[in-house]
Amino acid sequence: MTSSASNQTVGLLGLQGAFQDHIPHLEALGARWRTVRDAAELEQVDRLIIPGGESTVMARYLKRFSLAEPLRARIEQGMPVWGVCAGSILLAKTVDGRPGILGALSIRILRNAYGRQVDSFQAVLDVPALSLSAFPAVFIRAPKIVEAGDRVEALSWFGKDPVFVRSRSVMATTFHPELGSDPIFHQYFLALPNRAPREFSAPGLPG
Amino acid sequence: MSNEEQERRKINRGFAEMLKNGVIMDVTTADQAKIAEDAGACAVMALEMVPSDIRKSHRVARMSDPAVIEQIMATVSIPVMAKVRIGHFVEARILEALGVDFVDESEVLSPADEEFHVDKRQFTVPFVCGCRNLGEALRRIDEGAAMIRTKGEAGTGNVVEAVRHMRAVNREIAALQEMDEAELNRTAEAYRVPAALVAETRELGRLPVVNFAAGGIATPADAAMMMALGCDGIFVGSGIFKSEKPAVTAAAIVEAVIHFQDPKKLAEISRGLGAPMIGLEIESLETKMAARGV
Repeated sequence: MTSSASNQTVGLLGLQGAFQDHIPHLEALGARWRTVRDAAELEQVDRLIIPGGESTVMARYLKRFSLAEPLRARIEQGMPVWGVCAGSILLAKTVDGRPGILGALSIRILRNAYGRQVDSFQAVLDVPALSLSAFPAVFIRAPKIVEAGDRVEALSWFGKDPVFVRSRSVMATTFHPELGSDPIFHQYFLALPNRAPREFSAPGLPG
Repeated sequence: MSNEEQERRKINRGFAEMLKNGVIMDVTTADQAKIAEDAGACAVMALEMVPSDIRKSHRVARMSDPAVIEQIMATVSIPVMAKVRIGHFVEARILEALGVDFVDESEVLSPADEEFHVDKRQFTVPFVCGCRNLGEALRRIDEGAAMIRTKGEAGTGNVVEAVRHMRAVNREIAALQEMDEAELNRTAEAYRVPAALVAETRELGRLPVVNFAAGGIATPADAAMMMALGCDGIFVGSGIFKSEKPAVTAAAIVEAVIHFQDPKKLAEISRGLGAPMIGLEIESLETKMAARGV
């Protein structure tokens, strides 16, 4: 049930971080976008990117602006969502041994596990699912996925660590495809099946 | 530029992108750092004295004691920045060795070198530098800064200089759009930077790195105004811990950055915050920090 890029609106969670960096990629693919800063704006979108930034800031304001609950519900109903770096921390079931804020992706993740900014790095990745080899991936104070559940598919690895994972319509990258010029990860995200089109996703209805 | 240098530039400029739409707060103790983190700071600036106290001390201001910085690094999980004197490449090496996430080569401290800034391309750690106009910004970027901020006038709680500097950068970038190649080359010469950097700025219609506002931001309305003028995020120095209710003020400024386009929400955010820091008129100042390091 893949809908084409042109008739859906991609939300950019706009609480903090590099959400504008996704706009050129989405526009190159002909996708509409809007920022999401509260629950009413979340209702206007068909899928959502949780950008890179500081996960503590985004977590605080997801709660404070009463966005965490409706977002969890939308994801449960099947809205595709992509967490980038900090976004993958917000999606994770377990963060540094504690329950994550959205718990939408069955991964165990450790924050800043590769070190501080002086330890940030670029690595070349193979991503067979996107027919990519030697893709230059930037890891910035990146989190590390230390365990992925049975239904989570690892689509790329850095050494032993999964760095691009997907479970149904929830995907996460611990690196930053938005900082490059290739919109191929955005294209992949736009093709994730939306099991709950917006018009059928009113609260109370099954997803 | 070597491949390694290019890669590091991408990683460091990319890190600055992650700070966007956020607030970076000056803190002097681990307790303050925790308050800032809990209020939603996207990074903290670790220092011994906030700018308004530096201003009052009339002493040479230097890099902070590494023990203070390390204690703050051990307390919070968000990025930690720290300041070096303009041109003081050894202080910068020390901060890099400590593992701070960003070095601020700052006019708030006493300059160490009146001729040269730090050659930032030689470092792994990223640098942020202040500017009053496009020429200063591009010179710092050419030297390797991964991020720019307006200088404003630190420690005053008076936003007027930050506004002046942001408007100057915007106006000078707009002026590039009208120039032919000869004028562009003359401008590059006047700015003392490569023409390619000026051409890139014209192409982008903005600075090629993230640009925050700093120097005198004291209220949620100040922060929202700077966002509306086109900056990517906010530094708040003395404005938080010199206010009556630091935790409340800190959170309100973060919320104002998120909702800077929504006056109704800004009204709500600005309500009942207690007294902000006491502001100073620019004419009353003995030292204009912004004039340091051009």
